[in-house]
Amino acid sequence: MWSYTFRRILATIPTLLAVVTVCYLLLHGTPGGPFDEERKVSAAVLANLQAKYHLDLPLWQQYLYYLNSLLHGDLGASFRYADWSVNELVAKALPVSAAIGGSAILISLFVGVFLGTMAALRQNSAVDYFVMLLGNAGHVFPSFVIGPVLILVFAVWLKVAPAGGWDDFSPRFMVLPMLLLIFINVATIGRVMRGSLIEVMHSNFIRTARAKGLPMRTIILRHALRPALLPVVSVMGPLAITSITSAIVTESVFSLPGIGKLIVNGAANRDYTLVLGLVVLVTVIAVTLNLLVDLAYALLDPKIRY
Amino acid sequence: MLFKDKDKQDRLAAAVGKAVQTPAAEIAGRSPWADARVRFLRNKAAVFSLGLLAFITLCCVAGPWLLPHAFDAADWDAMSLPPTLKNAHFFGTDESGRDLLVRSLVGGRVSLLVGFLATLSAVTLGIVWGATAGFLGGKVDAFMMRIVDMMYAVPYLLIAILMVTILGRAFYLVVITITVFSWMDMARVVRGQTLSLRSREFIEAARALGVPTRRIIFQHIVPNLLGIVVIYTTVTVPTVILVESVLSFLGLGIQEPMTSWGVLIHDGASVMEVSSWMLLFPAGLLSLTLYCFNYIGDGLRDALDPKER
Repeated sequence: MWSYTFRRILATIPTLLAVVTVCYLLLHGTPGGPFDEERKVSAAVLANLQAKYHLDLPLWQQYLYYLNSLLHGDLGASFRYADWSVNELVAKALPVSAAIGGSAILISLFVGVFLGTMAALRQNSAVDYFVMLLGNAGHVFPSFVIGPVLILVFAVWLKVAPAGGWDDFSPRFMVLPMLLLIFINVATIGRVMRGSLIEVMHSNFIRTARAKGLPMRTIILRHALRPALLPVVSVMGPLAITSITSAIVTESVFSLPGIGKLIVNGAANRDYTLVLGLVVLVTVIAVTLNLLVDLAYALLDPKIRY
Repeated sequence: MLFKDKDKQDRLAAAVGKAVQTPAAEIAGRSPWADARVRFLRNKAAVFSLGLLAFITLCCVAGPWLLPHAFDAADWDAMSLPPTLKNAHFFGTDESGRDLLVRSLVGGRVSLLVGFLATLSAVTLGIVWGATAGFLGGKVDAFMMRIVDMMYAVPYLLIAILMVTILGRAFYLVVITITVFSWMDMARVVRGQTLSLRSREFIEAARALGVPTRRIIFQHIVPNLLGIVVIYTTVTVPTVILVESVLSFLGLGIQEPMTSWGVLIHDGASVMEVSSWMLLFPAGLLSLTLYCFNYIGDGLRDALDPKER
């Protein structure tokens, strides 16, 4: 297990390096530099500035400098927000995204597994139809459609929650965004859990357990749940990527001051360094989540032993 | 199932069909494609979706010419009008009096066109990538698939945002950006299929008979890939349309004065407190289209999936 973990961690390095390199080259290919202002600075000052930020060096040396600062956790300075480094902007925005995204994914994991289990055990019941409907709806209605509709229904028509905004982790402002994220995640998790538990319940070892006369409760909790959870775990990797996408949309829809909003604003303002820094950061997060999912899978599945 | 490989089954079926046809044309030979068509037509949801999608597409293509408004023309007598028969504003108008129905249809044109073009290029790239990896095998295969794995681990929307930030938001750049992140599924599937086909008996037989490689690929491999390619193409279109809509929704895709469903949903969401129709009509159209593609994909999978035979 340890050697597998180690190898799996090593395998993430090329991915990260590739993303950083491609993004860096893309960025470098854009015309204009950080000191191309309306008011031209004199050649000597420009040379000094460029020397200070290593802009006078050949590309590969600049790249190595950039990698070095990344390794030290420095994402660079923002082009547009004067006096702000990307790190400072991230420090303000990340807790918001993490609070909403993290709690939403935990809640949807529990709700999704619970609903999926109920649906699988009572096929063609109301719960079952609800889970299937939810799964289809999650397929058909994208987050940027559901989000505004949620606002329309709960904020505009019913007036039970604010339409968006943020007030220092006040739960009032977190309800609707979390509802949206939970809806999207539960649609997937519930459907996968339902399918896999139905399959497990038809397998031989469950029939044996029934033949032994074990109570249904024991069969499900002790025998069926663990193998049925495996597909759910394996879907968590892609779901983490989707969650990041829907987090960007969610933060835009509800105007939350999170990482997603920062990226969209940065892109709209053409704040290259900010977007690059955030892309690198989020890629690291995504790759780490994928890694954790893989490790959890190896831990849960007795058939996989490294 | 009588025979393991479809090709043999196919040829035999054709031979039987011919033999039977001459005396009395009662039992005609059925190709796997004819079988698939029958199975698809039996699927009510899929056929209905296909019809609906054809209708939506037709409306998007022909509608703007037939309706009395231009998509960017302001009607000063009818601003922020709810759906009405007045001046033929059936979907209502936006705050500058532009007809929402025409805008939705023109937006649909753009969304469907982006969907079509990006899918076409993504599918082509995926097939070439997957078939090359599967056919060559070994180290090349391992390396090419490693790249696919890497692409999966990357939060694609972010890189897409970075790309449109840097490269710009022209129509073809949006298509390219979407293509870059939509070809991996197809590559994976085609590679798997090619790998399993490569070692099948009828390919070996063709090789032993001295059929040239090019003929093997086009006569035996490509037709057998076709089914799965068709399925995954239908599944790719809605995801591609979705990515375009997300980008446009975030203000990073199609730019004014051009419009797309994502742009319209964005505009609608900003004024939904007073004019909810601005949000609901484009959102409904987009969702309906995605619904159709999903059910057509499901229907095709049931009809064409080789595992089903």
